[in-house]
Amino acid sequence: MAPQIHTYDTVIVGAGGAGMRAALESSKRSRTAVLTKLYPTRSHTGAAQGGMCAALANVEDDNWEWHTYDTVKGGDYLVDQDAAEIMCKEAIDAVLDLEKMGLPFSRTPEGKIDQRRFGGHTKEHGKAPVHRSCFAADRTGHMILQTLYQNCVKQEVEFYNEFYVLDLLLHEEADGTKYAAGVVALELATGEIHIFRGKAVILATGGFGKVFKTTSNAHTLTGDGMGIVWRRGLPLEDMEFYQFHPTGLAGLGILLTEGARGEGGILRNADGERFMERYAPTIKDLAPRDIVARSMVLEVRDGRGAGPNKDYVYLDLTHLPAAQIEEKLPDITEFARTYLGVEPTTELVPVYPTAHYAMGGVPTNVSGEVLADNDTVVKGMYAAGEVACVSVHGSNRLGTNSLLDINVFGRRAGINAAEYTVDAELKPLPAEPEQAVVSMVEGLRTSTGHEPVAQIRSELQATMDSNAGVYRNDETLAQAEKDVKELQRRYRDVAVQDKGRRFNTDLLEAVELGFLLDLAEILVLGARNRTESRGAQAREDYPTRDDVNWQKHTMAYREKDGEGGYKIRLDYKPVIVTRYQPTERKY
Amino acid sequence: MSTATVQEHVETSASGKAGIEMMTITVRIRRYNPEVDAAPHWVDYQVTADPTARILDSLHKIKWEQDGSLTFRRSCAHGVCGSDAMRINGKNRLACKALVKDLNPTKPITVEPIQGLPVLKDLVVDMEPFFQAYRDVKPFLIAHGNEPTRERIQSQKDRDRFDDTTKCILCAACTTSCPVFWADGQYFGPAAIVNAHRFIFDSRDDGANERLEILNDREGVWRCRTTFNCTEACPRGIQITQAIAEVKRALITRRVI
Repeated sequence: MAPQIHTYDTVIVGAGGAGMRAALESSKRSRTAVLTKLYPTRSHTGAAQGGMCAALANVEDDNWEWHTYDTVKGGDYLVDQDAAEIMCKEAIDAVLDLEKMGLPFSRTPEGKIDQRRFGGHTKEHGKAPVHRSCFAADRTGHMILQTLYQNCVKQEVEFYNEFYVLDLLLHEEADGTKYAAGVVALELATGEIHIFRGKAVILATGGFGKVFKTTSNAHTLTGDGMGIVWRRGLPLEDMEFYQFHPTGLAGLGILLTEGARGEGGILRNADGERFMERYAPTIKDLAPRDIVARSMVLEVRDGRGAGPNKDYVYLDLTHLPAAQIEEKLPDITEFARTYLGVEPTTELVPVYPTAHYAMGGVPTNVSGEVLADNDTVVKGMYAAGEVACVSVHGSNRLGTNSLLDINVFGRRAGINAAEYTVDAELKPLPAEPEQAVVSMVEGLRTSTGHEPVAQIRSELQATMDSNAGVYRNDETLAQAEKDVKELQRRYRDVAVQDKGRRFNTDLLEAVELGFLLDLAEILVLGARNRTESRGAQAREDYPTRDDVNWQKHTMAYREKDGEGGYKIRLDYKPVIVTRYQPTERKY
Repeated sequence: MSTATVQEHVETSASGKAGIEMMTITVRIRRYNPEVDAAPHWVDYQVTADPTARILDSLHKIKWEQDGSLTFRRSCAHGVCGSDAMRINGKNRLACKALVKDLNPTKPITVEPIQGLPVLKDLVVDMEPFFQAYRDVKPFLIAHGNEPTRERIQSQKDRDRFDDTTKCILCAACTTSCPVFWADGQYFGPAAIVNAHRFIFDSRDDGANERLEILNDREGVWRCRTTFNCTEACPRGIQITQAIAEVKRALITRRVI
């Protein structure tokens, strides 16, 4: 059956925070369609808890330059400093814009937006923690997602819900210039294929946390946007830098906000010791996530873990007034009660690092334009949010800076895409534009394979947790590489039991697994190649940062290997340094 | 359903987690695939389950190990995205917040789609009528006058006034537990009223009268019969019946306090 063809000016893929923030801008100026695998309000932006930093100085003295410094230092000097400066300057308006859109922030006694402390956010360049995170209890992400969706309803943004985008259509001119031409999507309800032509395409599909077993990420976070771009021959940047959030509920990975420590919560080992005093004497439990996660792993490795298997540590909130916990941290206390049967006001909560956030992704410039190499723009192609790598997070993102990123760069991508469409032309579609998707989908749907999706996925997640987690070395990464390659081979014989077309989530999971396998390989290769420790990449065999050789971004390219397959080529991109020369990172 | 047939699937490969007493449970799921089935029917699945785990985990285990065609929505798996509202043992809940041990697992645990919305496949329903009702109540801040340069000032007390209804995740557990909604699909339903309440009682908002007029409609708040099903079903613990009562009171007194 011939695919349905829809034509818009701007096509946005993904309806989390970045996609909807972009849509609010682009739909004012260009005919916009938002395609989303999930109903917009299901997006994982809604799971973010602790807040969104901006130097409003509502509670104490603060300014955007301190925020920029913290972001650069937090990212272990792999941050592109021009981009961080833009983000931290625009943070203030980004928060105020949300308030004007109706976001119900928690308030100070004077009725201003309240602010709390957060990991790695300091005053006067690291002297002490600062109240910078603007929040709505511990459901800031929920309120951002709701507020953006509410405003999309107000602006009558056109959504295509449960349309799963599986391919990107590019057009190449004779001079080699690449242009976005549209996307190909599978309508989940019917199984029909649709082509969306657009002058501009904005990717806002989020991350790929499901490559790991223990993760704070939703089941649906399978790196689709990154995978699509990758398969179309565009590079991915800094994929080895994957953040582990220190406080996942032990064994489950469900996120407990860093805001819990911002409110005064303390991490303790089995002996009851506040161990962060040893690792980060100045800001202790409010050190950046990479440092706290590593410290927790070391405590467990050194035999100071708690519980029957000594495999976690404790988050202690018991010294905080119960009223403060109920008011400022209601959701996470409920998570602890529901899923672990623990009462946080009187008991210690078992926690352990959980896979959380991809610092890397689709390389973009500060306008949100996607890059085909270190500096060539793919015209009309934009990306924002976790799918993108600007890079404002460097090798380790500070808490709250993702909610900031989606708002600042989602807005920029939306404005710039819409502006681009004013003079741009719709590019021609390639012959049989749906072909790649049809053959993938039909191949899977009618497959006679024997390898269950769940089996391959669980083996992938197991090897990634064991071998590419908080600590890595060449041996573990070599093992992960070997395992991932073997799983990719087995994936060619993957089984899909559901042979129907409507809501075929069996097929959906098989497609998602394909993306996860691609991205896992890039992550592992990048990690193995980078022989230093920096931010979220902690190499046991190369324990120090090596600025001489490695203060540069990794750029991974997918290239033909000459034998009918593909191989990954790693290249590099310089880090943009404006204000801050790298120095030793101490907290 | 009296005409329903029961098929049996028995799991062959069971593996237990260390330290936790696993148990074998029966999950009785109402299946319907319009591509092949003339009518919905119940199917029993036996799975080993950790009693402290979520029923969503059991559904996944069935899908991943026994029958890949079992279809349901889910995403975050910890009660914040609102994808997996289902009728479990006759009550609307999120599958990711319902723990096996709380569901009387010695008997078959029944799982069926939420009621009052068209079933598309198995546990997946058409959410469009639900979201249409939500959109109809103008669920966005309506503020007249000039925008301030900084944030609007709002006291924490004013902010607390509507805190409860800001928690809504639009899962539809409330609306699809409401007998009035089952009988009359035109009724806005509790979730839409909750989201109207969230703005009506926001001190920054100027749109209360518009929304109250909408809810004064014959399909509006007056259809509520205060059966409290919605409040009991809400996975976020929102006092929905109270919120509806506050909207009714605002309509009578024409005052929003």
